Amino acid sequence: MNPLITALARLLIFPGLLFAVPAAWFFMWVERKAVARMQGRIGPPFMQPFYDFIKLLGKQTPPRSGASGLLMRAWPLIAVASAAGAVGLLPVLPTSGGFEGDLILLLALLELPSMCIIAAGFNSRSIFGEIGSAREAVLSVAYNIVFLLAIVSIAASQHTFRLEALAQLPASPLRWLGVLALLVCLPAKLHLNPFSLPNAEQEIYSGPLTEYAGPELAMWELSHGLEWVAATGLVATLAAPYLAVWWLAALVFVALSFAIVLLLSVVAAATARIQIDTTVRFYWQCTLIFAVLAISSALFMRLRS
Amino acid sequence: MKLWKRLMCTCRRRSPWLFHMNSGSCNGCDIELIASLTPRYDAEQLGARLEGSPRHADILCITGPVTHNAARAVKTVYDQVLGPKAVVAIGSCPASTNVFIDSRTLDGPLSRVVPVDVFVPGCPPSPSAILQGVAKAASILAERAGKDPAPATAPELATQPDATPATGEAHL
Repeated sequence: MNPLITALARLLIFPGLLFAVPAAWFFMWVERKAVARMQGRIGPPFMQPFYDFIKLLGKQTPPRSGASGLLMRAWPLIAVASAAGAVGLLPVLPTSGGFEGDLILLLALLELPSMCIIAAGFNSRSIFGEIGSAREAVLSVAYNIVFLLAIVSIAASQHTFRLEALAQLPASPLRWLGVLALLVCLPAKLHLNPFSLPNAEQEIYSGPLTEYAGPELAMWELSHGLEWVAATGLVATLAAPYLAVWWLAALVFVALSFAIVLLLSVVAAATARIQIDTTVRFYWQCTLIFAVLAISSALFMRLRS
Repeated sequence: MKLWKRLMCTCRRRSPWLFHMNSGSCNGCDIELIASLTPRYDAEQLGARLEGSPRHADILCITGPVTHNAARAVKTVYDQVLGPKAVVAIGSCPASTNVFIDSRTLDGPLSRVVPVDVFVPGCPPSPSAILQGVAKAASILAERAGKDPAPATAPELATQPDATPATGEAHL
């Protein structure tokens, strides 16, 4: 088949937009519902993220002018596009193609929404936006070292930066160490408790998104949902056993993603927000040890083999 | 097109995001508003979410009798909420200024500053009454469909001379 058509189908249909947007809404609902159940509440109805999205589309937008206004409108769109691209790269189906180094592209696309959030916060010139952006920047420096080291250790232990090859190879104990380190980074990546610092409502209102409204805010919500799908999907891909039957592979992928979302929500409901310096210390002192252990043993094994 | 309008109407009704503003309240109504989000009352079942920024909100929940200092802030926040929007006045204070009536430090009641859609009387109102008010405001919001209420006309407020002197001695 024409590689261009395959790539478009992956971006737009499965696991791209047509699958990922409902999945994003579903994951957002699961997160809110799980937190509600943990707190002894009933929680939002099933269609709630969809209602929120459509309602935001129908609201007015604040007037913006000049180049900075144009940029303010552009950031959420860039975030959605890159998050959708990241989802489209996930090798869910066994014969989905991919290319050497697509793991690196996936990581870059996963990082772009948080860059956009930082830029948007500073762009909005609101004091809460600027504090939120500064926090997001510090947070991203804190967890990304661990996140990237974990990915590199997984890739180095299996001698490839190609996602599909990584998904097909049998999992080694080393990979589990890497997956564990990735899991520890996910709450910070998705701004969940105990690392919900950039959007700490009780301290800095909505952080970088304070000045956003209507359709622009809807795009931010969507990009956040797609980040959920991409980040949990990445971990699910690395953790899932290789299955040749495509529908079974897709089913295992969805089930594993769902389990990770549930785990993250339960952790979010059970913890309180910690301070930014404690967060940085947590990632740089406690978690970094595991990541360094993983990467050094990966390199060691590579030298021996 | 008609289907889209009906869908939008449903979504507006099912997803009221709140912004809470205190305009000089004694904190009684504020506690009750927070109580309506707790497990016992669980406003999230209605799709309600307390938002940090007025720009994200659909429904402005205002408590307090609107003091002279707060009046401008109330107007600013009301303008920051983007349409379609609704205002819920929580408690007896914004409805009638309650026991503070005739105080010279007040610009209230609230309806003299911004147009109010739903009044929830009580001192303080119970959380279930607040939830009922929010649900009513959400259905008003859904029917309003893009049309905003007329901007606040407060003739008494406009013609009133500055009743509060800058310094304290003049009171005596």
